[in-house]
This record gives sequence, C-alpha cells and structure tokens, in this order.
Amino acid sequence: MSGDAKKHIATLLAPGFAEASPFVLAEPLSFWGGLDSATGRIIDRWHPQKDAIITGRILLMTAGRGSSSGSSVLAEAIRLGKGPAGIVLLSRDAIVTVGAMVAAELYGIACPVVMAREEDWAEISSASRLTLQASGDAAFILLP
Amino acid sequence: MALDLSDFDKALLAGMQGEAAAFCMRLLVRFADAVGAERFIDIEAAHIDGCLYLGQVSLDFVEHLVRHKGRVRVPTTLNVGSVDLIHPELFIGEAQIGTGGARLMRAHEDLGCFSTFTCAPYQTLFRPRFGAQIAWAESNAIVFANSVIGARTNRYGDFIDLCCAMTGRAPLYGLHLAENRRAQVLVEIESLPEEWQDAGPVCVAVGHTIGKRCGSLIPAIVGLPGHAQEDDLKALGAVAASSGAVALFHAVGLTPEAPTVEAAFQGQAPVETIRLTADDLRRTVRDLSTVPDGTPLTGVSFGTPHFSFQEFTRLMPLLEGARPIVDIYINTHRGVLDQLAACGWDRVLTAAGITLVIDTCTYVTAIMRDMSGAIMTNSGKMAYYAPGNIGVEIAFGSLADCMASARAGKVVWL
Repeated sequence: MSGDAKKHIATLLAPGFAEASPFVLAEPLSFWGGLDSATGRIIDRWHPQKDAIITGRILLMTAGRGSSSGSSVLAEAIRLGKGPAGIVLLSRDAIVTVGAMVAAELYGIACPVVMAREEDWAEISSASRLTLQASGDAAFILLP
Repeated sequence: MALDLSDFDKALLAGMQGEAAAFCMRLLVRFADAVGAERFIDIEAAHIDGCLYLGQVSLDFVEHLVRHKGRVRVPTTLNVGSVDLIHPELFIGEAQIGTGGARLMRAHEDLGCFSTFTCAPYQTLFRPRFGAQIAWAESNAIVFANSVIGARTNRYGDFIDLCCAMTGRAPLYGLHLAENRRAQVLVEIESLPEEWQDAGPVCVAVGHTIGKRCGSLIPAIVGLPGHAQEDDLKALGAVAASSGAVALFHAVGLTPEAPTVEAAFQGQAPVETIRLTADDLRRTVRDLSTVPDGTPLTGVSFGTPHFSFQEFTRLMPLLEGARPIVDIYINTHRGVLDQLAACGWDRVLTAAGITLVIDTCTYVTAIMRDMSGAIMTNSGKMAYYAPGNIGVEIAFGSLADCMASARAGKVVWL
C-alpha cells in the first residue's frame, strides 16, 4: 500500500477484498427486474444508467431498492462472474448483503459489501479507484 | 453493533445442529446485522417462497442444505412452484424451467417442508394463531398473516425465509414488535358505489390505492362494507402488496388489532389521511383493465391468491346454465382439491370445462393454452402482474362478470 493512500473506516456487511474503479449509481436499482445476471447489464428501462455494465466495478449505491428476489439475481450474477467486484452502501440493505453472502458461501466468490459514513461519501464517490478491505469485524475503504 | 446471541444461537453457529443449520445461522447473523436487529427470537412456523425456479442459484442453495442432511426445525409450508406436480401435463413452458422447477420443489420436501405448494398457507391446517411469531415469505401471505390473523412476520424472502425455518430463529425487528404495528395512515372510505353488491371489487380498489399511496406505511381503513369476508380481505392485501410494499393493514371493526381507530393507531395521531369516494373506487377498478368492454376473451382465470373452498361455494351456483365458451382456469391448492373431491365438485367443475391448476399459479408460469385474446379475472393481483409477467391483456371484473364473459366469449360488465 502506498503511503499516500487515504483510509476511511466503514461498517462491514459482507467480508472480502476488492480493488476496482467505482461505478456510482445515480438512482437506487432493484436487481430484480433491473439487472441481467447473465451479462451484468442494467436493464431497468426507467433507470438513467440503463445499458451500463457493472461487472467488475465497485458499485456505489446510496440505498437498495425492490423485491427480495434481488438477492437471487445478485448471487446468480456473482456466480456467473458478471457481478460487481464489491459494493459500497450508504444505508444498510439486507437484500444486497444476503445476495453477496449466499454467493460467498456457495461458490467461494467474495463480493465485499460495506457501509460508508455519510461524511466520506463525496470523496469516495469521486475517486478514480477504490480498495475495499472487509474482514473480521472491520472494514476500510482505501483511496489512491 | 453487538448482536446478542443466545447459547442456542452459538451452538447453531458452532455446527452442533449440523452444517446445514450452521450455514443458515451464518447468513442470518449477516442479515440481522443488515436490518439492525440486536437479537433473535424463536418462531413457531415458516412459509418458504423458494420453489419458483429463478436460476441455478435457487437450486444450488437448497441442494447444498439437502447434501448436508438439513431438516427444518419448525412446521414449514411451501409456496407455489413452477409446475403442477399433480397435473404435470399442464406445463407448456421451457423444459429447463419445468425440470429445474420440479427438482426445486422436491428438494424442499427433502428438507422436511410440507408439500402445500400454495400462496395461501393461511387456508391450510398450518394457519398460525393470533400473536404467533412466524417467518413468512410471499407478499400476500405476509400481509394476510399480519393483518387478518394478527400473527407477526416481516417481509421475509429469498434464502432468509429458509434460514429461519432451518434454525427456528428470526431476527427481532420490525413487525415482530408490537410498537411497530401501529397504523400510520388513516384511509376513510366516504361512499361506496351503490351498483356493487359484491364486496370483492371494493376491497380490490381500496387495496390497490393503499399500495400506491402508502408504500410500506401501515394504513388503517375505515368504511369497508360490513359484509366483507376473509376472501375479500385476502384480495385487498394481495393487491396492496403488489402495487406497494404493504405488509400490514388494519381494517377497523374487521381485523383483530383494530377494534377501534384508537386501538389501530395505539393512541397516536395519523401522519396522513386519505379519503376515498365511490368515484375514486370506480376509477381504480376501471384502470385495472387494459381492454374495453366487448373485447374478445380467450380465457378466464380465478384464484390469485389460491381459491378457497368458500370461494368455490360462491362459484358453484354460477355454473348453472350455458357452458362457457372460453377456457376457465382456477388456481388452488391440494387441501381444497381434497375438499372438492369429497363432495364431488371436482367432477362437476371438470365437466363444465374448467381446468383446476394445483401447486402453481397461472400468472407465474406457462399454463394457459391460448393467450391470443384478453384474459379476464376477479383478482386484483393477477390484473396487476399478468400484463408484465406473462404478456397478456387483462380485464378485471367480479366473479359474476367473469362467468358472464366466459359464456359470451368477450368482456361483459354486468
């Protein structure tokens, strides 16, 4: 880790390690009916980022949304290697957490989910690259 | 946040009840953390909505538990599956969904779940008691259990419903707690359409409106017809949980936690009041149909949620007369099928050309043979979802409207 890295404390929701460029959702997205698990593409026709691909990115979402079937869709996307590398939330979300945990338990693929502090959000969401470290009881978001 | 685990919770996590239960408890701990619960409580029963095939992960999850010799720890009912295991020939969809769906249903049976395969577990022997702490999935079942019975469940779903069943534990938060069950929005019905004798359409219109306007807030409704029956409240909750995220409503004078307005609000003031007139109700019902009067029909579908035996008793007199000229489907469950067989009505229905669909539902799977014309239903939930789910035009009407239309071969509103 370089000496310049800035480290923000976060809340751990699902463990793992990820390093990737962020993808900031302009509006909450329901994975059920909103994400194609086979391609990682946003398919909700009302979403402003429709057709964008979230595969391999660190997904930043202020809040979750929609049916609990979203857990299956997220887990299925991770299973197929089309899911996000990690997820940063601003409020706790059970649907996202469960989807990531099921994929980790069943397939051994970690997609860390952490909750950032409100005062850090602006800086995190404008970073060019993010690293998520989530293990034990602690989670950190590292900026370059 | 510190999660306060009981000795039993710790034993579950340590694998002392087997690896399947430990796996489920690990997921539950993460879930409890994500919803902000501080401890777990015992549950009396669970209802699982995991039998619809949503992809490989659905099957992998359940078969993982089966492989580790998992068994549910509380009486556990199952929601509809993708196929009718009693009449497998009715399924006309993709083979992978048919075989994967059947396998998924069998895997849940292997965990010790009861083969109810119904979205109306409250119509079975497993109906919970007032005040029971339960972990139920399926939006209409959740709202019915909370509202009409006064049992206590949150809106559980994907994976977590089964984790609760496998451990007998649920996180203590939300609607498990009495103080979170108080009404927030007052819904006053000022006038009812005089031409509607049936309470069904009134309840559907009110349900649709509260779903749209209350989101996940808890409404208390004043002014429903006094003769509204349990099946009418079932329809109200089902459509409210489709157009919104309603998990609990109170109907003053009709549901157990609302003998009075004050009781429903637990002495506090409403955050909002919604007033509905006969015209509002007429408009809402009219908007549920995507086609006008006189549109050719190719089918009629009843039983979303599953038709009760009581609803069959209301239907039987309407079968007398000319034979319907379009397909009629009725979704129901094995318990009701047994009751129909006991009084010979199954044969009467079949002779009238009616297809009984068991274990599944026409709006979630490929069953209806001809969808080239519109489909008519008396279900607000079916009307809400069918255009998007199975791509059909929908007409909504009362039970009597639907039967008259089935004879005419086109939409007729009486």
